[in-house]
Amino acid sequence: MIHEAQTMADRASSPAGTETDQTAPSALANVSRRAMLGGMGALVLALSWRDPARAEDKKDEPKKYGADAMPHGWQDDPKVFVAIAADGTVTVTCHRSEMGQGVRTSVALVVADELDADWSKVKVAQAWGDEARFGNQDTDGSRSLRHFFPHLRHAGAAARAMLVQAAAKQWGVPAGEVKAENHVVTHAKSKRSLGYGEVAAAAAELPVPARESVTLKKQDAFRYIGKGKIGLIDNHDFTVGKAMYGIDTRLDGMLYALVARPPVYGGKVVSFDDTEAQKVAGVVKIFKIDAPEIPSEFQPIGGVAVVAKNTWAAMKAREALKITWDDGPNAGYDSVAFRGELEKAARAPGKVVRDQGDVAGAMAKAKTKLEAEYFVPHLVQAPMEPPAATVRIKDGFCEAWACTQAPQATHDRLAKKLNLPADKVRVNVTLLGGGFGRKSKPDYVLEAALCSQAVDGAPVKLIWTRDDDLHHGYYHTISVERLEAGLDDKGMPVAWLHRSAAPTIGSIFAPDPKHELPFELGMGLTNTPFAVPNIRLENPAADAHVRIGWFRSVSNIPHAFAIQSFVSELAHAAGKDPKEYLLALIGPDRLIDPTSISDVWNYGEDPARYPIDTGRLRRVIEAAAKGIGWGRKMEKGTGLGIAGHYSFVTHTAVAAEVAVGPKGEVQVKRVDIAIDCGPQVNPERIRSQMEGAVVMGMGLALSAEITFKDGRAQQNNFDGYEITRIDAAPKEIHVHLLPNPDYSRPLGGVGEPGVPPVAPAIANAIFAATGRRIRQLPIRDQLSA
Amino acid sequence: MIKLTVNGAERSFDGDPDMPLLWYLRDEVGLTGTKFGCGQALCGACTIHVGGTAVRGCVTPVSAAEGQAVVTIEGLSPDGNHPVQVAWRDLNVAQCGYCQCGQMMQAASLLIDTPKPTDAQIDEAMSGNLCRCGTYPRIRAAIHQAAGQPSGAGQKPAANKGERL
Repeated sequence: MIHEAQTMADRASSPAGTETDQTAPSALANVSRRAMLGGMGALVLALSWRDPARAEDKKDEPKKYGADAMPHGWQDDPKVFVAIAADGTVTVTCHRSEMGQGVRTSVALVVADELDADWSKVKVAQAWGDEARFGNQDTDGSRSLRHFFPHLRHAGAAARAMLVQAAAKQWGVPAGEVKAENHVVTHAKSKRSLGYGEVAAAAAELPVPARESVTLKKQDAFRYIGKGKIGLIDNHDFTVGKAMYGIDTRLDGMLYALVARPPVYGGKVVSFDDTEAQKVAGVVKIFKIDAPEIPSEFQPIGGVAVVAKNTWAAMKAREALKITWDDGPNAGYDSVAFRGELEKAARAPGKVVRDQGDVAGAMAKAKTKLEAEYFVPHLVQAPMEPPAATVRIKDGFCEAWACTQAPQATHDRLAKKLNLPADKVRVNVTLLGGGFGRKSKPDYVLEAALCSQAVDGAPVKLIWTRDDDLHHGYYHTISVERLEAGLDDKGMPVAWLHRSAAPTIGSIFAPDPKHELPFELGMGLTNTPFAVPNIRLENPAADAHVRIGWFRSVSNIPHAFAIQSFVSELAHAAGKDPKEYLLALIGPDRLIDPTSISDVWNYGEDPARYPIDTGRLRRVIEAAAKGIGWGRKMEKGTGLGIAGHYSFVTHTAVAAEVAVGPKGEVQVKRVDIAIDCGPQVNPERIRSQMEGAVVMGMGLALSAEITFKDGRAQQNNFDGYEITRIDAAPKEIHVHLLPNPDYSRPLGGVGEPGVPPVAPAIANAIFAATGRRIRQLPIRDQLSA
Repeated sequence: MIKLTVNGAERSFDGDPDMPLLWYLRDEVGLTGTKFGCGQALCGACTIHVGGTAVRGCVTPVSAAEGQAVVTIEGLSPDGNHPVQVAWRDLNVAQCGYCQCGQMMQAASLLIDTPKPTDAQIDEAMSGNLCRCGTYPRIRAAIHQAAGQPSGAGQKPAANKGERL
């Protein structure tokens, strides 16, 4: 069976572009198609949507959390995740999408550690979209290791146990006398040994041991976990141009496609003239894609598709199309004017999402009051690899190669779109050239499928250009956050009112929702962990006029920017040190049950296992402050700022040093970022994620913004949508990993939590340097006036 | 008919001479290490060498390479062990890896012109190459390593030491 697993793994790992056996029987004939929000994965969870039928069946069962609560849960079968060839090569199947977080390396090293494999003999294969087989595959929400660490360990340990049993059987000795270590199975008494490859075939014949019978390693025996000594498993391919992304698939007879989409969300094609476009050499097919119903979820948004013999021909032909659009109901969307609407909404009472004590009474009695409003614009993920997918439909079988964060959701929607049975669709997952939430939505894979369908099922590679990516995105929301505090005679809040007005991601799934979903509110709003007696949090209504989607760390961005900036403002008003003030506001070390402060979501995790730990939050703040030398004497025009935040069940803090030049130009000189994400599986990648989060956080703080006029995104490429370049990146980024050595403790997220505290730390540092307060992002030339 | 060499091999092309080298290399030759990121020379993902100079393949028509030697990441070194490739692996520079071929081609070009670049020279030479994952600190450190000199101040090689494969 291990050999069978290897076959499957090999199939999954076959480079995009090679033929795969499209008639192979699927192990999963019975995957039920997900209901609408099921595909959203952990970010929504059962709290905001439940399948009524399922809920009815399970009403007596205890509430599920973590991986248990995800669609298709988890798997830990060694025959699914581990294959060992006769030459000893171990192939670990990674069921999570690789988009730069290093998950292929981290998944493989966890399994390899429990297997006690020699790392030089370990390879990784990428799983295709098949959650019944692999467990949940939605790669988002900073959950891969958090959810699958114990299960991957189990898979490795069970495989090792099978190797031991097989060798013991062959030698006729008790299994208890046999050890498997560093790719060799040994019986010390008889001085016999076998390589893993030599015993793999016999091991594969054995039944998988009962889950309870498998013993995991003691953590002091870890070979790779937590050591940070493993290089990236894809390093070679990365550096020689052989790493295969969604845009890199090549199939025999493959055609290339682009789509001209309605410039306004909700618009559609009235008519089009392709006379000139048809004259472009290499054009094969031009056809209309119908506009979807709005909200459009993950469906293509319509337009005119061009299929050609190469990308350049498709580009030239698309350029030559003459299309008349009906811009639809969002034609008037103007994001500057909309900001005014959000401000108006935030200045009036809204839906109460947390109410503790008596804010109105305490506010009335407060000695002084302070209020401020903060603005964060639309953003777009802009992964360096824009959305891209290749689809072929042959003999009633659809095969896709896609850079997707959501392989199962992609699979299910392809099947529905093409009206094919579930077992007649296969989604092969390529590397992702960045994701950041964009590639959780498979609209581009569906477009590729429509293009293939239009050319009789021939393989078609569809790509998005950068202007497509910026013009037709699933944008980060746009928000106004209004905070008011009533202060006592020491300048500490006795009353705290926060109104968050922002269009919801729910608007791509349901018609006209006005309020943020629990998972959005739970991203740093409801779970504000401050020791303030009276707290009232409100969510005024807001409409959506564009597709709103996940952007790395999602609603934590505006919430953390507003709250952590406001704390610094309060500290200044009180004449206190911002770090000391922040720590005082957080208050004494304690464990907060998130449900006790109206956060019913808590990133889908059990509040008992994952309470908000103010002690850990304090310690990351202290670590970042210590790292940067908080309190040191600063030169004129330079300053330090700090921010701490809880997100994805991880605590992070950032301390930033900035210099502001005479013309108001901001230079981020140094950033110290501290993280307590629980036990660390791959510290080397945690560091790289923190470094990257600092750079991405800087980009949204300083320069990145998508604006809309007449319903159209105004930025066309990286000249208008400015993300951080190397010359602006800090010369020093110091990552502080807080030790958390007990691997029986729950893991926190890593991919996203680095982002939220970056912008407020920079804004606070600017205030320290100049006395000028940043209340809207991006900062750009605000300081030049 | 346009004649050129790609990674040392002679090639000819009789298609649209305006086709950018990026798409010629990817679609016609089948070398996908050269990446598309912007199409307007704004991100550097498509950086290749033409006649020994780093250029953006997305805005350089194939006709401009007539009679020239084009080198892509696949041909940067015979064995994948150009100093920048080695340094990139040593320091685990890549996150998603997508932009890194362009980054390495630009860095290799920098080191020809400036064998021992300062941080400022690195920033200047590399500022046209975007990385959305934010690997810039490691790119700086890797270029210093490839140049055979210690990292610039603050590159924190200690943080990466012991984490190399």
